Amino acid sequence: MNTETVSLSVTELQTIAKKLRRDIVTMIGKAGSGHPGGSLSAVEIVTALYFKVMRHKPDDPHWSERDRFVLSKGHSAPVLYSALAESGYFPTGELPTLRKFGSSLQGHTDCNCTPGVEMSAGSLGQGLSFSIGIALAGRLNKQNYHVYTLLGDGECEEGQVWEAAMAAAHFKIDTLTAIVDKNGLQIDGWTKDIMNTEPFAEKWQAFGWHTIEIDGHNFNQLIGAFEQAKTIKGKPTVIIAHTIKGKGISFMENNVDFHGKAPNPAQVEQALKELT
Amino acid sequence: MGRTASFREAYGKTLLDLGKENPDIVVLDADLSHSTMTYYFADQFPERFFNCGIAEQNMVSIAAGLAISGKIPFASTFAVFAPGRCFDQIRVSVAQPHLNVKIVTTHSGLTVGEDGASHQAIEDLSLMSSLPGFTIIVPADAIETAQAVRTAATNKGPFYIRLCRPEGTLVYDEKYRFNLGKANVLKAGSDATIIAIGLLVAPAIEAAENLERQGVDCRVLNMSTLKPIDETAINQAAMETGAIVTAEEHLEHGGLGSAVANVVAKNYPVPVEMVALKNTYARSGKPAELLEKYGLTTKGIEQAVRRVLERKIC
Repeated sequence: MNTETVSLSVTELQTIAKKLRRDIVTMIGKAGSGHPGGSLSAVEIVTALYFKVMRHKPDDPHWSERDRFVLSKGHSAPVLYSALAESGYFPTGELPTLRKFGSSLQGHTDCNCTPGVEMSAGSLGQGLSFSIGIALAGRLNKQNYHVYTLLGDGECEEGQVWEAAMAAAHFKIDTLTAIVDKNGLQIDGWTKDIMNTEPFAEKWQAFGWHTIEIDGHNFNQLIGAFEQAKTIKGKPTVIIAHTIKGKGISFMENNVDFHGKAPNPAQVEQALKELT
Repeated sequence: MGRTASFREAYGKTLLDLGKENPDIVVLDADLSHSTMTYYFADQFPERFFNCGIAEQNMVSIAAGLAISGKIPFASTFAVFAPGRCFDQIRVSVAQPHLNVKIVTTHSGLTVGEDGASHQAIEDLSLMSSLPGFTIIVPADAIETAQAVRTAATNKGPFYIRLCRPEGTLVYDEKYRFNLGKANVLKAGSDATIIAIGLLVAPAIEAAENLERQGVDCRVLNMSTLKPIDETAINQAAMETGAIVTAEEHLEHGGLGSAVANVVAKNYPVPVEMVALKNTYARSGKPAELLEKYGLTTKGIEQAVRRVLERKIC
């Protein structure tokens, strides 16, 4: 168990979150390509999970009792790589190799390349189904690990997400918590303009999920939601985390240009100044 | 025609046996368990059976999640729906991470018959052959089906097994031993080689017997492991018989014909004729009517052998 970190205070978590943001901007800047916006919006979610909520052993990535984190929106790989490195799965010195030939850090997550990555992703909409499989295996094995799956709100336009939503409730899987990083933006613009997913929480409720809505940048709310999710029995829980795309860097916040574009060196410098 | 038996029954009963032997075997279906015959397993092991409803994408990714957690999932539906409805899930969730998922489909090819073109899977082998690392097996009869399913369960990695709806002539008896990755020589011969898969293996044998009576000595190979294909057997056929006919219930592009031609062209070019569907969809009809219409018959194979012999460089 990752016992050293579970006692971290909110202030300490905020310090880690800042470190993750610096990692993300730096590695994507070095790579010259990548997706900063959706990594930055998910920083608090991923920090809370890896440094407070999940039971895991960075020195034993395949520990069978570990809680699983499944990144369904595989393009947000940098936030996961940063959390894994800062947790100790691999040296932080590897982060600048992101997307480079020969690197263990693929452009989109690859479970055979990177210690701690549970799923190969990149084509949206598959992670929730994959997580159901992991949760069902845990049920059959009488293990009590929990599965946390991070989705984007744009990703929820994929039909498979709703196939999975239906199935998770049908199979009464209460060891699965989905988190939707609801930053409201997708490549072509605002989600509400491209393909409106509202009423969003009501959809999950109608599919049989316990639904919690929070500010996805507020650690107290995140931790409270994760605690509540573990107490819900007989159905899965979704945490709809309202977030800001590009959070923490003034010129990236709510700026769709930074969905899939790397900052140039001057922008990296400016971003790091803001993250001190 | 000899005795016939059901490929699907053989699959369902083998799954049931495997379920008794290995608690890690789990089965998924997409609302077709009484057609794919996974219901034998479902009845006996309800806690290890997951009916995903009519949602093939979800089924395949769930299977991948089970596989990465140490289970041995068999996921079944009709061959038109997997890979048809879930190719990307097979590609990203299963093939790229090379997970231990077994996709076993039924109702492949034209012999689904009356349901018509939407239900006649004639492209599935092309799609599945394109995925690096997948093992593909097209059994010739019920006996080979049972052994292929067992082989898939005990060999790690992604497998696609393609079965058909109708019963098929038994090519083998219980003494047969399926050998993964090896063509099975059903008849020796030196004038030409007929390489067949699935339901076309029995007609291939019959065609060779008819031709023998007319003085043409054909070798017959059952290429049940379509991928990785037995290059050695194909090379020997090319070198020793100098002419090849392929026979399959699939389009000629991307199936057995393409795979054999690929090997022949690279190693020892000889004329190849393909008994297969040619760039067309079929219609509703009785299986026998459809096979007749597109020449996927004993007679069609014999004619292909005659054509290839005319092209043969002596």
